[in-house]
Amino acid sequence: MSKVRVATVWLDGCSGCHMSFLDQDERLIELAGLVEVVHSPIVDPKEFPENVDVAIVEGAVSSEEDLHKIRVIRERSKILVSLGDCAVTSNVPAMRNPFKVADILKRAYGEMADHNAGTGPSEVVPPLLKRARPLHEVVHVDVFVPGCPPSADAIYYVLSELLAGRTPTPAELTRFGA
Amino acid sequence: MTVNVLTLTIDDQQVSAREGQTIMQVATENGIFIPRLCHIEGLDPVGACRLCLCEVKGTPKLLPACTTKVSEGMEVSTSTERLGEYRKMILELLFAERNHVCAVCVSNGHCDLQSMAQKVGMDHVTVPYRYPKLQVDATHERFIADHNRCILCTRCVRVCDQIEGAHTWDVMGRGEGSRVITDLNQPWGDSETCTKCGKCVHVCPTGALTEKGRSVAEMAKQRRFLPYLTKMREEW
Ligand code: SF4
Ligand code: SF4
Ligand code: SF4
Ligand code: FES
Repeated sequence: MSKVRVATVWLDGCSGCHMSFLDQDERLIELAGLVEVVHSPIVDPKEFPENVDVAIVEGAVSSEEDLHKIRVIRERSKILVSLGDCAVTSNVPAMRNPFKVADILKRAYGEMADHNAGTGPSEVVPPLLKRARPLHEVVHVDVFVPGCPPSADAIYYVLSELLAGRTPTPAELTRFGA
Repeated sequence: MTVNVLTLTIDDQQVSAREGQTIMQVATENGIFIPRLCHIEGLDPVGACRLCLCEVKGTPKLLPACTTKVSEGMEVSTSTERLGEYRKMILELLFAERNHVCAVCVSNGHCDLQSMAQKVGMDHVTVPYRYPKLQVDATHERFIADHNRCILCTRCVRVCDQIEGAHTWDVMGRGEGSRVITDLNQPWGDSETCTKCGKCVHVCPTGALTEKGRSVAEMAKQRRFLPYLTKMREEW
């Protein structure tokens, strides 16, 4: 049996959801026999691969780069899992949403700066979107896994169900803020 | 005084009830849980959140279990698929209306709104979030009112009025402009009526009313006092 092609992606999150993924501990060995990790924050290629079976995405869509990435991910993946509160609700990244982007940059790079006060980056760094947004506001999402972060048990349950060809319903194992 | 005993069915279960009881009370007595947010045992029900809506045979309208009195032969359904969908929708609207960030909320893990979302399986919000700019009133020496987390259930208004007898809280405005206010929309810390009893804080279902000095997930509420105070009120 060919292995299931799994990709994990880190958008505007703190990497905590990925840490929780790693917290599956010895169960990772079992998973390693069943899946091939074709993309993750610790692989070299920057380009998201084609023909992904399961894409697991942490973080909100906060910049133009995030938006571009999530569209590519959706196009190239059969199942898209929204992992963690930042992906599901936009969570902490959305705390800036009641404010204007220009005001936030002024605050962070000007008012709060001890040295070299400025107005924020104008090149290289991708521009922020007007609002940080949950994944499902911009692309279709197949599975929602709330939690900040979702526990290793919740993640393992979701993966096992997907590998068994079922649609996971992790409501009993996790919730907003869990 | 004689009390009339009524017979009815809730979710196909035959139950008996005393005349004057609500569907919510009878369901609870019989171990049937109906989702609720504005209702809390001990305060007069107001039917504000609509989470407890039930189907009653012979009535096209959905009826709130917390305010609807039982009647002889009533056939109540509390958990149909349709009701489940409405409950999810109500919770989505509550989360979208203000700013809820459970992960960094003082009430994380102790919040009725959060646990109700988990209970009814609301795992994402399909309506656009509104991100209103709202005030946090930290003028009171002991408590904080964070309007970002308020769901306008009016539990605070009712406990302060019906139990404490101070009526510090009330509701101002309409629709999306509605706010709970202290006195005549003055800072809580300046309130001349507040006795600092803390009852409002402890009945508040969310992180909207909290004690000062609590950090993330530290604000567990004490609710055990309510039935006792209500009993005392009845027996006086
Ligand atoms: S009040 Fe409840 S639902 Fe709102 S952010 Fe706090 S824990 Fe979450
Ligand atoms: S502390 Fe007591 S008196 Fe003051 S507003 Fe709350 S319930 Fe009312
Ligand atoms: S402050 Fe709390 S108790 Fe009062 S209306 Fe808002 S959510 Fe309900
Ligand atoms: S609990 Fe009945 S309407 Fe809120």
